[in-house]
Amino acid sequence: MKQIELLMDANAIDRALTRITHQILEKNQNLKKFGIVGMQTRGVYLAKRIAEKINSLEKTSFTAGVLDITMYRDDYRMALKQPKVKITNIPFDINGIDMVLVDDVLYTGRTVRAALDAITDFGRPKSIQLAVLVDRDYREMPIRADYVGMTINTRKNQEVALKVKEIDGEDSLWLIELEKGD
Amino acid sequence: MGLSIKHLLGLKGVSKEDISLILDTADSFYEVLQREIPLVPTLRGKTILNLFFENSTRTRMSFELAEKRLSANPLNFSSSTSSVAKGESLRDTMRNIEAMKIDMVVVRHSAAGAPHFLTRCTKAPIINAGDGLNEHPTQALLDMMTIRQRFKKLEGLKVAIIGDILHSRVARSNAWGMKTMGMDVVLCGPPTLLPQKPEALGVKVTDNIDEALRDANVVMLLRLQLERQGSGLFPSIREYRERYGLDLEKLKKLPDDIIIMHPGPINRGIELASNVADCEKSVILDQVTNGVAVRMAVLFLLGGGENG
Repeated sequence: MKQIELLMDANAIDRALTRITHQILEKNQNLKKFGIVGMQTRGVYLAKRIAEKINSLEKTSFTAGVLDITMYRDDYRMALKQPKVKITNIPFDINGIDMVLVDDVLYTGRTVRAALDAITDFGRPKSIQLAVLVDRDYREMPIRADYVGMTINTRKNQEVALKVKEIDGEDSLWLIELEKGD
Repeated sequence: MGLSIKHLLGLKGVSKEDISLILDTADSFYEVLQREIPLVPTLRGKTILNLFFENSTRTRMSFELAEKRLSANPLNFSSSTSSVAKGESLRDTMRNIEAMKIDMVVVRHSAAGAPHFLTRCTKAPIINAGDGLNEHPTQALLDMMTIRQRFKKLEGLKVAIIGDILHSRVARSNAWGMKTMGMDVVLCGPPTLLPQKPEALGVKVTDNIDEALRDANVVMLLRLQLERQGSGLFPSIREYRERYGLDLEKLKKLPDDIIIMHPGPINRGIELASNVADCEKSVILDQVTNGVAVRMAVLFLLGGGENG
């Protein structure tokens, strides 16, 4: 695996999240019935930052929920390696709210499909919107994002990797090329 | 990342990493059980056979519930209503079942080693739900999960397991598993109900209950198997209760944060006084809830992937 290009540095990521926050607020007027949920792993940190930005702009006190979709994957029986189940914690009632689901990269759309299944088990939001930091191509399902940090064209042997300071010590977004054996 | 074992036959020889992975995964499934709809589609389309050659209510129900919560299809077999009553051998039973394309097998049998034997008859992962006097690994896993929930750790904790150790597969699985996790285990009971060669288990064994309870963080009472009365192994129920039963008076001398466990079913007023079983130090019902989560975790971890 080799990092070939820095797509966004910490400032660029922060600016993109600020813009997404404003777009979310523009579209969602009723913050009394609103919630934000981040997808494991790195979507969780992006959701947390968006929630903080909303809180400082609107004097609200949103806590971002955490969603792990491992149990809802459609490749469970094919995967050679057993994926690790992580924590899910949605500390608010999702029935009737406008919900923003946050992930780092939108690729095939299968993770989002699994997330929609998972959310259905928690209740029935009034709407579900999708925010992603990066939209790369190769969708395998009819899914699109409502809020996008950046859109890029990639090749299939490439990947987009987000680093967040909580896990990786820094905020940055990289284009990565997979090599044989990865 | 995944488990290094293909079957769960017992906790003897299972690594600390594997046990930790099962307990961590069980914590996630515990969260699923708290949801409004406690159901995930993970094992959709998988058929799981519950092969019970020995009577069981709670373990079988717990496994069946775990399977249903994972969207698998449980198939129940109990020997009293099957061809075993007509003299069919275990291998033939299993070969017939294999021909029905079963994905996983949960087995309870009165003979120690029956689950190990089944691994040679089928390719499906086998989960031991109790084999003779040998092991009952999912019970020990749910016990460790319950302890970890309370104390946020396992290493360094002292556990006193009290009762009929000799006939307890729960005590054996706990001894193996807890030792691996760095816990201090003491097995205690009347001398006639203690194993002949305790050193084989590698944990402390005593007939002195005060010694067993000293500095204990967890006390686990085992069911006195009343059907063994008359076998001459213990003099009378009254004497057993007075020496080895836990009542309020004995409980008062124990540390404030001690927790009381029991694998069930309880003989109220024998190994455990009724008011102790229901007191706030008792985590007996947590054990039952956690049992479903632990079994979901084991089914999930053994059932995934092509090599599953």
